[in-house]
Amino acid sequence: MVDTHSTSVLPVPVLLGKAGKGFRGTIVAVGAGVGPSDLEDAEYSDELERRLLEIGFVEGAEIEILHEGLIGGDPIAIRVDDMNVALRRREANAILVRAYPVRPSGKAQG
Amino acid sequence: MSSWPSDAFRFALVGNPNCGKTALFNMLTGKRQKVANYPGVTVESKRGRLITPSGRKMVAIDLPGTYSLRGRSPDEAVTRNAILGKLADESPMDLIICIADATNLRLSLRLVLELKLTGMPVILALNMVDIATKRGIEIDMNRLSERLGIPVIPTIAVDKGGTAELLAAIDNAAAGGHLSSTPTWHEQSADEVRATHLLVNQMIEDCVTIPAGNDVWTRRIDNVLLHPVWGLLVLLLVLFLIFQAVFSWSAPAMNVIKDGFDLAGDYVKSNFPEGMLSSLIADGIIAGVGSVIVFLPQILVLFFFIILLEDFGYMARAAFLMDRIIGGVGLHGRSFFPLLSSFACAIPGIMATRVIDNRRQRLATIMIAPLMTCSARIPVYTLIIAAFVPNTHVFGFVNLQGIVMFGLYAAGIISAFLVAWAFRLFVWSGKSEPFIMELPSYKRPSLRSVGINVLQRAFVFLQRAGTTILSMMILIWFLATVPGAPEGATEPAIHYSFAGMIGHALLPLLAPIGFNWQIAVALIPGMAAREVAVGALATVYALGNDEASLGSTIATHWSLGTALALLAWYVFAPQCASTLSVVRRETNSWQWPLAMFIYLTALAYLAAWIVFHTTLLFT
Ligand SMILES: Nc1nc2c(ncn2[C@@H]2O[C@H](COP(=O)(O)OP(=O)(O)OP(=O)(O)O)[C@@H](O)[C@H]2O)c(=O)[nH]1
Ligand SMILES: [Mg+2]
Repeated sequence: MVDTHSTSVLPVPVLLGKAGKGFRGTIVAVGAGVGPSDLEDAEYSDELERRLLEIGFVEGAEIEILHEGLIGGDPIAIRVDDMNVALRRREANAILVRAYPVRPSGKAQG
Repeated sequence: MSSWPSDAFRFALVGNPNCGKTALFNMLTGKRQKVANYPGVTVESKRGRLITPSGRKMVAIDLPGTYSLRGRSPDEAVTRNAILGKLADESPMDLIICIADATNLRLSLRLVLELKLTGMPVILALNMVDIATKRGIEIDMNRLSERLGIPVIPTIAVDKGGTAELLAAIDNAAAGGHLSSTPTWHEQSADEVRATHLLVNQMIEDCVTIPAGNDVWTRRIDNVLLHPVWGLLVLLLVLFLIFQAVFSWSAPAMNVIKDGFDLAGDYVKSNFPEGMLSSLIADGIIAGVGSVIVFLPQILVLFFFIILLEDFGYMARAAFLMDRIIGGVGLHGRSFFPLLSSFACAIPGIMATRVIDNRRQRLATIMIAPLMTCSARIPVYTLIIAAFVPNTHVFGFVNLQGIVMFGLYAAGIISAFLVAWAFRLFVWSGKSEPFIMELPSYKRPSLRSVGINVLQRAFVFLQRAGTTILSMMILIWFLATVPGAPEGATEPAIHYSFAGMIGHALLPLLAPIGFNWQIAVALIPGMAAREVAVGALATVYALGNDEASLGSTIATHWSLGTALALLAWYVFAPQCASTLSVVRRETNSWQWPLAMFIYLTALAYLAAWIVFHTTLLFT
């Protein structure tokens, strides 16, 4: 991936399913076209998109990965705004997130 | 109560899972439907009656929780159909009460906006305001009501807080206070959901202030309970402690009950004229029913722990920890709660699978639910273990009988996983549905409500003992008594009775797995309820003139192989007609209960055969 904004203060968005424990940031995009192509047929990804939206994974929401499971770090427990949700990494890959910009002091903001 | 008009005002309780709908329903109707701190407790619609302060007779309908009206899983479909009037026998609602968890408003408000599209009048009950206040969350109710265009009533469902205000608002709606509008509901597209979220965000910004560091306790507790290693260790420890407690805590109470029934039996035998009546009361009813009631303390200890964990909010965590582990055999994190409930009884467990929307995973969960050791098996296990396993301690504190019990539970669990795995391999493969589940905040269990729930279980158990079990006992006594012994009989009369004949007829089938004719007699009525087998054995041996207690009788009459084979049989055997009929209802077919019966019987026979013959080699 070519990063044309290497001078920008904003970190590059990552898939939520690939983020590690302790990750904090905001949701950039949810649903179709976000995740890898293994998210099968259109019907399935439309369904998943709506379910994620309905349970609060919506663009702009603040998230934090609180815990991960033993096997393969799966599933993950995520704080979404004010609630905690459990999700498998496979489904979390339909969510694109951006970490909070890092300040020069190295502290995360927010 | 029968004077409710058929066109009575009807309102539905709708809301996100775990926001307190059922607690509110109980508060309004005085019913005792199950409330627990787990999303997805209610899976069917329940109705209750109430009279408002102004004297209106109304019907309240409690529904399964949902995040939208799309109705994906069977439980969500119940809610959708009730609201949208899809069921033929449902007349449309007059009013919707949307219940929101005040500590987590976002998703509830989105649902409110979707519910308004149905055109029905909506009232918002802002529930759990006690917790919200404690956490310093401030909500401007008037402004919220203005923005939503509907009445907003604060409630504390578990403390009956806000009942009067809510009833007044309902009365007002019934009097035509706010009218329904033209329905414009359609299934919301992803972009429509996004748009409503934006509206809701604005409302929350304008009406709600949430302090930082909200709900620190849940976070702290989760740091241990959701930890990949500690969390699993705690889960195992919790399960192990429960089984230890089931054994050791309940022993004193069991002894008291047992002595009481023994005294009663002796009293009848010595004070009633010898004959049929004395035998019916002493051998049939007191020995039979008593041998089942003895297990009440154990069953209550088990329920006490399950209810405590449910109210605390642990079950969703357990589902999280188990998702990947049971996912390996094709199950789902959501399968965990139904399976855990099946330890109490497979019937609510099978009902609870409605929260699983993938049909394959739901069926797999249903098919293995009976392998979870239900509480009705406790009497059978305990009887045999107490008679054949010494009551000693290993490592100074772990009860050996408790270990054997734990082993039987483990055998059920492990076989369940193998069966689920085989199910996916041979019967039905396919992809897993997403695991998306809210993890509710922990709540301090109210000892009062835990106590009431445990008492309720005691009542249900005793009722069962007084009806199903009692009538089976009388039937068994009858079959075991008539016809009497012929002239010059050498054996006790029971050998010549109908029960004796049935037992001897079945013997060729069951002898290869080590069962004697008395066990054969006990297994058949055991189909009505597993614990009846214990009562039946008690009656059969009591009529066979064995004066000692049932435990010491079988200890002298059975070989170790027979005892262990019967334990193995009970791990698998589909000895419960009601489970099969619930499977028939929930799957809407005969094929699945039939398949269940066949595979469980085959496994039971096989396991008993292996255990019996292995034990023979070593003894
Ligand atoms: N503190 C407090 N706890 C509440 C209140 N209302 C409900 N609860 C608790 O919240 C949990 C969920 O309550 P339920 O009534 O089972 O919720 P539900 O909406 O019916 O849940 P589902 O049937 O699973 O959708 C239980 O542990 C209740 O004791 C309240 O007003 N205050
Ligand atoms: Mg409920």
